[in-house]
Amino acid sequence: MSGTPVLQCENVVKELGQGAGLVMALKGVSLELVPGELTLLMGPSGSGKTTLLSILGGIMTPTSGTLKIAGETITGMSAEELARVRRDHLGFIFQSYNLFPTLNAIENVRIALDVRGITGYAATSRAEEVLRDVGLGHRLTNYPGGLSGGEQQRVAVARAIASSPSIVLADEPTAALDSENGKAVMELLSRVAREQNRSVLAVTHDNRTLGYADRIIRIEDGKIVGEERRPEGVNSPEITDLTKRRKLHA
Amino acid sequence: MILTLALRNLVHDRIRLAVTLIGILFSIVLVAVQLGLYLGSSRMITANIDRADGDLWVTTFGAKSFEDGGVLLTDRERHQALATPGVQSVVPLVVSFAEWRKPEGGSSRVVVIGSDFADKGLVPWSLAEGTLEDIKAPDAIAVDRSYLGELGIKGIGDTAQVQMGRVKIRALTEGVRSFTQSPYAYTTLNRARQLLGAPSDAITFLLIKLAPGAKLEEVQANLSSRLSSADVLTREEFRARSLKQWLFKTGAGLALIGGALLGSLVGTVIVAQTLYSSTKDHIHEFATLRALGSTKGYIHKVILAQAGLSAVIGYALGMIIALLILYASRNSALPLVMTPGLAFWLFALTVGMCAISALSAIVKVTKIDPATVFSR
Repeated sequence: MSGTPVLQCENVVKELGQGAGLVMALKGVSLELVPGELTLLMGPSGSGKTTLLSILGGIMTPTSGTLKIAGETITGMSAEELARVRRDHLGFIFQSYNLFPTLNAIENVRIALDVRGITGYAATSRAEEVLRDVGLGHRLTNYPGGLSGGEQQRVAVARAIASSPSIVLADEPTAALDSENGKAVMELLSRVAREQNRSVLAVTHDNRTLGYADRIIRIEDGKIVGEERRPEGVNSPEITDLTKRRKLHA
Repeated sequence: MILTLALRNLVHDRIRLAVTLIGILFSIVLVAVQLGLYLGSSRMITANIDRADGDLWVTTFGAKSFEDGGVLLTDRERHQALATPGVQSVVPLVVSFAEWRKPEGGSSRVVVIGSDFADKGLVPWSLAEGTLEDIKAPDAIAVDRSYLGELGIKGIGDTAQVQMGRVKIRALTEGVRSFTQSPYAYTTLNRARQLLGAPSDAITFLLIKLAPGAKLEEVQANLSSRLSSADVLTREEFRARSLKQWLFKTGAGLALIGGALLGSLVGTVIVAQTLYSSTKDHIHEFATLRALGSTKGYIHKVILAQAGLSAVIGYALGMIIALLILYASRNSALPLVMTPGLAFWLFALTVGMCAISALSAIVKVTKIDPATVFSR
């Protein structure tokens, strides 16, 4: 691990439901994210991956525990303050892309800038720039319905990084994609982490993504059960044999 | 981007947009017609009061409207009024319902208005044929062209009988219509008295013109104390009394206003329903916006922009249809009236209606849980 953590959570607990239906979705999760790394959060269905991602993204509030984003403690913040933290520090990529079907590619990116108060020419030129960066310079005015799944997810990546957030959170970014498009999206996320020095956390259960990870956190039954890190000096994206396996929790 | 997203959301589902616009259009047309009729009626009811050149009206006690004055005042009241400080001139008018016997048989009711035009108190306006001089002839009378058929005459030169005497049509007005549907028949003061069989000094109204510098309230109070058997009203008070009588005591105005309210209500419900269902359809997009960090206010603006755009488009279409109906009604017994003020008021009503309609949608998005973006 290197650099100052941009996200720190400590002993986060999340209870869902109440009474007899109460479920402990997270049972004391602690982790840190640093810039320049692509971290994968892996685990079986129902293990608490998405709940953890929602909490780390300031979308869901934990039952207990603390969460810091860019040095700011966000636990206890109001919904509007959390929205401000998301605007200032976070970019999101969703499994189903969540693009606006009535807006074209450039408008889909522009709207993410618009909510941050970046408008007019500045927004348009920035949206064009990031769409070209993700290889969609020729698809600027296409609507989501006219784009392939891979292209739609690249628009979503462009939207997530357009405002230069320090943290990008991705929920199953390759789940709806075929192998080739999944690979392209993972390469893109890896580039975003390394070249733009952002912290990228992707929730996934897709083993094809392992080779792109700098770090893998495994979660089971609401607890982190292991962390694996890419060996120093290994850069090949094809690497799958991550060593230096370390169990954080028995 | 707010306007872009709002517009795209609107046109995305064209059938729903059509339903929204039809709802607004229906509402605007209904309200425009009802209020246009209300305005048209009001203008007809107060036309003579508005045209008369007087600061104060002296009427018989309890006169409810221009047509309801009776012929009960006399030269005594006229002289008392003339002797009141601050009064420059007093012009007598005779106004009364009378029977109009048609040349070919049958009868109708008219409102005979007697006035000496030289006094310039109340002069027939919009003369289409004939002159004021023509109406001064011994048997002369002027009616509106639109009532020729109803009065059983064809035009200038035709004769009829009004109660006690024969009259000859010497002038025709254009567009001077009566709310009571009893046409106004203008003649001289003395001829009116003769036709009605009234005494030679009988008077219905005294039109008071104030001397320069005189205070209206003071003169009104002074006249009221001198003329104990009469009412002394300002022009506005007499207008209000006439409107109250014909529009509210008869229920006609309430029906028109009720129709306008119903139109607004129906429009609001239709727009609210379609906006709500549109918001529901786009709820995941709003949740995505929220997840991306937008404020609630940003999302509310998108919904309000949708409502505003619907209002502007619906208003424009509604006004086109309302103006066509207005044009078609121009020669009817009760023509609709549209004024810039009413057009502006209708626009404000449309925007208000759409803003209220947006409330349910706003309540819906206020409850959005951005975490739903992960559950799709």
